[in-house]
Amino acid sequence: MIFTDKTKKGTETRIMGEFKVHRVRFFDYMPSGIRAIAFNQQTEIMAVARLDGSVEIFNFSDHLFQEKVIPGKEQRSIEALCWVGERLFSAGLSGEIIEFDLHNLRPKLTIDAYGGPIWTITVNPQGTHLAVGCEDGTVKLFEVLEDGIQFERNLDRKKGRILSLCWHPSGTKIAAGMMDMICMFDIKTGHAIHRLLVDKARGAPKNQECVVWSVVYLADDTVISGDSAGRVKVWDAHTGTLIKNHDVTKWDVLTLSLSQDETSLVAGTSEGTVVQFQFLSTALGQEDKEWVRTRTFKNHTHDVRAVAEAGSAIISGGMDTQLVVRPLLEKHDVKSQASALRKVQFPHRRLVSCAKKAQLVLFQYPSHLELWRLGESEGHGTPGDKLPVQRNPEKLLQLKTKGEEHICCSAVSPCGGWLAYSTTSSLRLYKVQHENNNISITKMSKLPKVLHWAHQLCFSADSSQLFAASANSSVHVVSLSANSCKHKHTFKPKTGSTQPIHLLSVSADGQWLATANSDCEIHIYSLTTLKSHCKVPVYRSGVSAMAIHPTTNNLFMAHADQQVFEFSIEQKQYTDWSRQVQRVGLHFKWLERDTPVTSVTFNPRNPAHIILHDMYMFCVIDQSLPLPQKYSQLYNQLTLKSMPEQERQEHCHAFKVCKLFQPLMCVGHDGGSLPGGGRALPAGHHGETPGASQTEEEVLRRSEKCHMVLISC
Amino acid sequence: MAALFEGATLCALSVEQNNTESGIQGIELDRDDDHVVVTDSKRSVTLYKVSDQKPLGSWTMKQGQRITCPAVYNSKTGEYVVVTDDTVIRVWKDDDINIDKAFKATVSADVWRIHSAPGQEPVILFHRGATRFLDVLLAEPQQDMENVISDDEVIRWSNLITSGKQQWVLFITEQKGEHFLHVQSLGDMTRAAYRLESTGSAPLSFSASARSGNLHILSLYPDGCVYESAVPMRLPGGVRAEALPLPRTLLLRLPLGGGALASASAVSLDAAHVAVVGVPHPSAGAGKDYLCIWNTNFQTLQAGKEMAGRIYGQFWCYHRKLYVPHGKALSVIPFECQKSSLASALGKLKQSGGCEMAPPVPLPSWGAETHEDASAAGMETRRNKLTRKSHGASNVSVDQLIDQIKTGSEEDVQKAVASFISKSDLPALQLAVGSLASALVARSLAEPSYYPHKVLVQLVHTQCLSHSVCPDLLKLALEKKDFALCQFCLQAFPDIPEALTCACLNVFLSTPNSELETVALETDSVAFMEGLSAATAPEDEEDEGKGTRQNGFSTTASQEESSCEAQPTPHQKPKLPIPMPLDMTRPIGLHRAVLLNEILQTPYSESFLLPHLKELTTPHVILYLQYLQFLYVKYYQDINTQVPALRSPTMTQIIDWVCLLVDAHFTVLVMAPEAKELLSGLHGFVKAQMKLFTDLGKIEGSLHALKKVKKSKNNGQYSIEVIELF
Repeated sequence: MIFTDKTKKGTETRIMGEFKVHRVRFFDYMPSGIRAIAFNQQTEIMAVARLDGSVEIFNFSDHLFQEKVIPGKEQRSIEALCWVGERLFSAGLSGEIIEFDLHNLRPKLTIDAYGGPIWTITVNPQGTHLAVGCEDGTVKLFEVLEDGIQFERNLDRKKGRILSLCWHPSGTKIAAGMMDMICMFDIKTGHAIHRLLVDKARGAPKNQECVVWSVVYLADDTVISGDSAGRVKVWDAHTGTLIKNHDVTKWDVLTLSLSQDETSLVAGTSEGTVVQFQFLSTALGQEDKEWVRTRTFKNHTHDVRAVAEAGSAIISGGMDTQLVVRPLLEKHDVKSQASALRKVQFPHRRLVSCAKKAQLVLFQYPSHLELWRLGESEGHGTPGDKLPVQRNPEKLLQLKTKGEEHICCSAVSPCGGWLAYSTTSSLRLYKVQHENNNISITKMSKLPKVLHWAHQLCFSADSSQLFAASANSSVHVVSLSANSCKHKHTFKPKTGSTQPIHLLSVSADGQWLATANSDCEIHIYSLTTLKSHCKVPVYRSGVSAMAIHPTTNNLFMAHADQQVFEFSIEQKQYTDWSRQVQRVGLHFKWLERDTPVTSVTFNPRNPAHIILHDMYMFCVIDQSLPLPQKYSQLYNQLTLKSMPEQERQEHCHAFKVCKLFQPLMCVGHDGGSLPGGGRALPAGHHGETPGASQTEEEVLRRSEKCHMVLISC
Repeated sequence: MAALFEGATLCALSVEQNNTESGIQGIELDRDDDHVVVTDSKRSVTLYKVSDQKPLGSWTMKQGQRITCPAVYNSKTGEYVVVTDDTVIRVWKDDDINIDKAFKATVSADVWRIHSAPGQEPVILFHRGATRFLDVLLAEPQQDMENVISDDEVIRWSNLITSGKQQWVLFITEQKGEHFLHVQSLGDMTRAAYRLESTGSAPLSFSASARSGNLHILSLYPDGCVYESAVPMRLPGGVRAEALPLPRTLLLRLPLGGGALASASAVSLDAAHVAVVGVPHPSAGAGKDYLCIWNTNFQTLQAGKEMAGRIYGQFWCYHRKLYVPHGKALSVIPFECQKSSLASALGKLKQSGGCEMAPPVPLPSWGAETHEDASAAGMETRRNKLTRKSHGASNVSVDQLIDQIKTGSEEDVQKAVASFISKSDLPALQLAVGSLASALVARSLAEPSYYPHKVLVQLVHTQCLSHSVCPDLLKLALEKKDFALCQFCLQAFPDIPEALTCACLNVFLSTPNSELETVALETDSVAFMEGLSAATAPEDEEDEGKGTRQNGFSTTASQEESSCEAQPTPHQKPKLPIPMPLDMTRPIGLHRAVLLNEILQTPYSESFLLPHLKELTTPHVILYLQYLQFLYVKYYQDINTQVPALRSPTMTQIIDWVCLLVDAHFTVLVMAPEAKELLSGLHGFVKAQMKLFTDLGKIEGSLHALKKVKKSKNNGQYSIEVIELF
């Protein structure tokens, strides 16, 4: 799996030449649907809960980079998320309230509310109390303490489940969406002060209830509700009268979100549309304002289960698994990256690891791993050809996890002899034996105690060591031998960062180890002296991919804001090439890309070649060539193809971008190939069924299979 | 295509008998394109509203004063400016009644012209070549004027050209028989002088225009040549005493018919069109009182209009309207110049269908003088110049040949022409063939017994002939019932007028079969027709009675069918097929079919063809429709086993003709009882076809979808591919 530099006879090696690509599409990775979004206005951090119970943390101010992922768990179903300051709470149908530990990426504490399944959780504007709405019809108040939460009391119990809650900005009243009605409670007394009856959908059978999926409570005592009859209703909470009714959809209005200044409201529907309402005066110059339906966005194919307003953009997510950031153009003056529509479809981390020498690839699914051996082809062909496959790829192994917890990281050693994975509570290491065509695995039983769990795993190039990133940015070094493994050392950062490490990289000569954590810190440790070697200057944007060059031992880093750096480990400084890149500046087209680089590899045949990839392309950076000029074409492969060979040299630049394979999940190489993986999203599904009945299985059934690609000599 | 529309008389001219002057000094544009200021040669200035042909105001100078320069409208101030007695500038407004009370200023030098462009300050050009803006001049009327041109130089013509924000004053001077072009840029006040190439005779008129970075000067010479010269807009810097030579290209050579032009004028309308007044129409005799628009790209006449009365060699063009003084009137003629395509340019040389036998386009002094600038040839192009040398190399000159044609016997002429054709190279041939054919046709017309069929066929076979080059050839062939020549002409001419196509059709349909079948037609097209009819019994109408049929139709049945119709002519017995007869027999004779096929393949334009189609008689229409139906059904049957042929009518051509025929004779066909069955048969067939095609459409959709599906399947779960990066 690598680049073959089959440069044609006589021609200079300046021309990149041909590569054999293994295009792998059997990685059946399927992201899970989005259930809830919570946007923290203060920190601009966004939490997204998925149907599989996982929570992803996106940094809105750092190019929507997915900084952290808290792996999911079977049976954990999150219905709502809620930020209290920088603490994240969730509640779900298991009836438990969970506070997450965002440093160790696991639940910190779990409290049963004893009210049956919880449908909603919300914090009062003062940040002192949490209210949860339960299946049994109670609204429960919890006091937020420094080290947890404590049950305070129930409000008056109503008949029917509480599906949605919203605090009045004063914190003295709360509105609750229920079946067929909305109830207003006084917090002090706990009594219901108002009851707003929501009528059924026109023509609906009598016994079919109208579900109030979402309510918002405004400072001027207006209540707005979204219900299963497809309506957004505006109520006067003083008089209990309906002011305005908007028929938005034939099906359900599933979620509402109010902007901070209470002038804009967005509603997500089960038709896949997001509808914006604005508080505007109907006639020019008049004071009287009302809620007017202004815009409809259709970026989803399925139910929109969660919406949020993030200042200048609307964020929405739903059953079609993608997160859509739709900028509100009136809030942008200039066309920029921030004013472009963005979609997040895949995790910003690697789910595929390659055993380069053994031509194996390991696919990480939420609850199992698959190990595949790639196919082979002897043939030679001209560019554009498909070669005859002499040996088909083979699935060697499928490994199911023990327990309910999902896999958070996995790795296969370069020789293919070791395999490791970790969940939030356990780390498992297996020895893989290949005997002719048989394969057998043995679980290593006596692991050192420190190897309790890991954020990230990585094997050394000679497969003799395993590195496991653990709590407080520490890395455990474990030496491996045929039947035992020993804890050798633990590296701890001098900065004392408590953030999790999300990237590990080891040099080919086994001398250096680099770690990157969510504080944007990159530490380099020497494996020979077992000491911290140095720290790369902190850059403002998160590290999305990094790797150490096999021959020069330079660390190559790609950041979420699309900048790339090269750092010489031995000299502890940025290389000349990196300085030149910063001086000249990257091409604007490069900076405009909206998915981060998710892996860095190198071409073993040509040390000047660095291979990067994001979701839509992979790029070979040839450091021996000049950087693209400001106004030259960045994506110039087609232009170069059409040119005679002599002219190409003049127009060549360092960035060789290939967009043939989309979407790409992974690109790597081995003694001779470069693997990449891609997948297609679920096919469109028309919102004919009300949201509640649309299950994830349906989406999955309609989805195409994932795919993946590899390049070899 | 360009077209001249119906004009209107703007005003009458007060011209005395035999006066060569029109009495109009100038016509200038007023505030918009609907108002013009007409200055007469005496003392008055009149403002006209063009669309109403009505004077709106008139101002007259006092007795004894003389207007020496046409009045212009200063659109910047809304005033009129005129010069009287060479040095007095008068400025007045619309509401001034008495011009004498208006503002006047006397300047220090004689004024030649005032030029004004909309939205720009008027420019004064003095006799000695100096230019001043009006406002600058009026600020200090007595300022000294420099001499730009030498004392014995006289301005002949001047104009103001505007392109974007730039303006140039162009004027042509004459000095000792030589003409000079002076260009004065008004922006940077640079100036350049050029010497025009001279031919001995003085140019009749000039016209200037600006396009694609150059100033173009068009000049018309008495020998009918229209030359164009281009001057770059950016004038060479520095004052140069020496006048630069200005090369010219021959844009157009107008056919003169005889005699030089005396009072004619040419104006460039756009990059490809030139309007000429006072030259003869190439197909309307020697009268010179025509207004014509020529396309210079294709050297074709685009539109022509006869102007009654004398032409004064003056005309103006403003905003798609030509102002032509002629006889005793000033006419306004709107025109239109569309972008020409070659197809539309061809064949429209002679649009007026009802023209009398025009004398062939003469080539008076071809040959001997070809190395010189020969006097007018039928249509000479710039290219001719290049090819003339090679032409001269052939042994017999065209002139000699034409002389021989005029008197020689048919055999001699044939030999001479054959040797001429074999010896001449293609470009020379192209030039000569037209004149040879014209001479031959002229003689044939003059001597009814003389008809050199073989020579004419030879000439047509050169593929160098077209209808517009020799308009009478096809007519002659039709008259002489020379169907073979007709066929060749129909094949070879790309530009047969629709009227003539229809005339051919009429003749082909009405000629008795016996006459047709004896003609030797081109074998390939005959073979095609035979092949097409091979499936069924090749059937001539004449054979009908013999009762030998192989295809299931009994003779009697067919006869019954035909006997119940009114039979138009004894020669033709149109048979009506029963609805959907897939094994139809050919309703007409082989040779008639071959000739009709040629008609089918002739290019035409629907709107021109329709009126002429109406002239066909009903039996002919029905017969033709039957034949078309036969072809249609045949084609439908043999869609895959097409008979190979070099030329064969296409399905589209057949369907188009069916539509045209039905359109042209709709009411007649509906009323005629004999057409009923034919139409219902056609209708049934078309209906069935429609059904088939609807179903095919559905299949197309599914096949398309299948293709798409297949494409996505190509990307299997795993593949090894080779890619190349550069």
